[in-house]
Amino acid sequence: MTDVTVLDEIEQDGRSTQEILLNLGPQHPSTHGVLRLVLELEGEYVARIDPHIGYLHRGTEKLAEDFTYTQIIPLTDRLDYLCPPSTNQAFVLAVERLLGIEAPQRAQYIRVMMTELSRISGHLLIVGALPMDVGAMTTLLYTMREREMVMDLLEMICGARLHTSFCRVGGVREDLPGGFAERVREFCEIFPQRIHDYERLVARNRVFLQRTRGIAVITPEDAIDLGLSGPNLRASGVDWDIRRDCPYEIYDRLDFNVIVREGGDCYDRWQCRIDEMRESTRIIKQCMRDMPEGPFLADEPRVAFPVDKELLKCSMETQIHHFELSAYGFKVPAGEIYTCVEAPKGELGFYIISDGSEKPFRMKVRAPSFVNLQALQGASNMDYLADVVAMLGSLDPVLAEVDK
Amino acid sequence: MGILENRFPDNVFFSTADSIINWSRKSALWPETFGIACCAIEMIATGCSRYDLDRFGVVFRSSPRQSDVMIIAGTVTKKFAPVVRRLYDQMPEPRWVIAMGTCAISGGVYNTYAVVQGSELVVPVDVHVPGCPPRPEALMYGFLLLQEKIHKSHVLRRGGSESAVAR
Amino acid sequence: MGAPLYCTKIAERFGREVVHEGHSHGMHTFSAAPSVVVELCWFLKEDPELRFNFLSDICGVDRYPQKPRFEMVYHLYSIPLKWRLRIKCRVDDPPRIPSMVGVWKTANWHEREAYDMYGIIFDGHPDLRRIYMWEEFEGYPMRKDFPLRGYKDAYNPFGEEKAETPPSRNGPGDGQNSQDGGSPQSGAKR
Repeated sequence: MTDVTVLDEIEQDGRSTQEILLNLGPQHPSTHGVLRLVLELEGEYVARIDPHIGYLHRGTEKLAEDFTYTQIIPLTDRLDYLCPPSTNQAFVLAVERLLGIEAPQRAQYIRVMMTELSRISGHLLIVGALPMDVGAMTTLLYTMREREMVMDLLEMICGARLHTSFCRVGGVREDLPGGFAERVREFCEIFPQRIHDYERLVARNRVFLQRTRGIAVITPEDAIDLGLSGPNLRASGVDWDIRRDCPYEIYDRLDFNVIVREGGDCYDRWQCRIDEMRESTRIIKQCMRDMPEGPFLADEPRVAFPVDKELLKCSMETQIHHFELSAYGFKVPAGEIYTCVEAPKGELGFYIISDGSEKPFRMKVRAPSFVNLQALQGASNMDYLADVVAMLGSLDPVLAEVDK
Repeated sequence: MGILENRFPDNVFFSTADSIINWSRKSALWPETFGIACCAIEMIATGCSRYDLDRFGVVFRSSPRQSDVMIIAGTVTKKFAPVVRRLYDQMPEPRWVIAMGTCAISGGVYNTYAVVQGSELVVPVDVHVPGCPPRPEALMYGFLLLQEKIHKSHVLRRGGSESAVAR
Repeated sequence: MGAPLYCTKIAERFGREVVHEGHSHGMHTFSAAPSVVVELCWFLKEDPELRFNFLSDICGVDRYPQKPRFEMVYHLYSIPLKWRLRIKCRVDDPPRIPSMVGVWKTANWHEREAYDMYGIIFDGHPDLRRIYMWEEFEGYPMRKDFPLRGYKDAYNPFGEEKAETPPSRNGPGDGQNSQDGGSPQSGAKR
């Protein structure tokens, strides 16, 4: 839906233009969700952008104050719905640190591997969607083909294609299924060639380059001041990756490159994601190679279900703990914590204040897309209306995360 | 014409006008690109290479003025509900609505201050596709059910509860 | 191991105005009054030995029934030096606090969210209006006295009944009008 309001008539060099107020969205094929942009245009030139969000505000934070910590895990799935495992991991890490427990090694490897699979899945969508926004429809169909392979792998692990809810406080819900290692190895063999195919398809296309090169440039100083993170920040030349700089889980044992590009334009942000997918494939291979045998859930009966279900049949204490966990949830000691991870969209943080009960007193989600979307007002060289669409595609906002 | 070529002697086919009209309507259901939340991703996946909605005649249109079906894919919030109603009103008749996902059907897990508890409170819904999110096969089944519903509807014939008039 | 550099520098510069609340789960927390919090953030950002150039998050908290009721929590990060710290600021009801938009541009939307959800007014904010809820919405949803399901209307029949009598002086809301003025539409019409 587009409504047009004429603000002013301008006469310049014998030609007249109008200053108009144009409404883009909230239903629009290029807005990547329910985003409404109110644009002040002077002819084709964009003078001002005013994003209106909140059309998907569902009250997640208020609802989380009414849910136990385990019940919040499916809520976190629905924040960044392209990459649910990474949000699960961030939340569960925060609660584990508040409790002072650590997941077993195998569980950490599984969580990291699922996060990297979801990173590939999330990047695949935007790597296909940005060219579609600027006119190259084919790329999305190819990237969705690989995305289906990733969803098959996730479905093999946990039964769900999208909302995995696989992490638990203390580890993961269950172990990897048999046959999974071969399937993921197969995927890692095929995938690098497919990434190369996407680059051949679009990366040197004249029209794509004209629509993205030099468009919506964000300088490194502006990027930091605007709070950008993730590929959007690294594409502007700032070398910061939470996985390398403040490692969590088993990232300190993994060998991967942090992709940094200098230009800060739409093309750089797109290319950054392409290269990150290659690095994620390397990480997945290392995880599968180095994953140790062992339990998938910590031995903390007050927090996690028993790994060996036979114990439920013969131990009264295990039964009582199981009952209390299912009926009431576990209590978290009073305190507060801010934990952040390198989600596919950027720095995803959870600030949890616990009052000693089974439900959090306050849970704040630092959603990377919420902050990244502000950059719409801070980029330079975004002259035309068409550039706004390219900029939005390159920022990769997920509106559920923006609106919580 | 494939298998139909050179099969029949000179003949006259009888059918009802409603069958022809309903057949043409159900074979070319054009939905609006109207993804709200997570279900939109599964809707996109259904439209893409592996599950391919195009073989059912489903072509996504950006404008509500050119579409037959509105797929409400995601949570309808109170802020967004007037927009949904407006888009529904902009669609020309005959029009149908598929509520995809539990959030669209009943508000899902979000029983909060900001969420409409079911898109039935905003627009009349024809097919509910449950799931969170529903699998692409489930959405395709939803389309097939909608096609069955259209097939049974009365257009030129009088009466019947399946009337497609004034929706 | 001694305290990190920022602890000593903050103590030197601000003395008793900024209190070191402690260190837990890898982060130091400082507490400042609304009158010094902006100056503290400028200092942390501009000082060449500290360089806290990244504002991660601004969070509002409702500590009802404690007084002061509201709390603003700022999470800062120094990208070159890899330090994180937390600053807290308690404000009473009705809540007012100076805006951080001058220090970091990213504070803009975070503060709009805190205003929308808690009703905290930010002095000096260039564009303080609701961000998640619609403009005519009445009430501040994240406050502890606002019901989770909102108030009953045509969109959510599970909401609470609107209070007919005004709230008592000591009751929840403290005179704040927390009725939902959202736009109830009639049910689906054909």
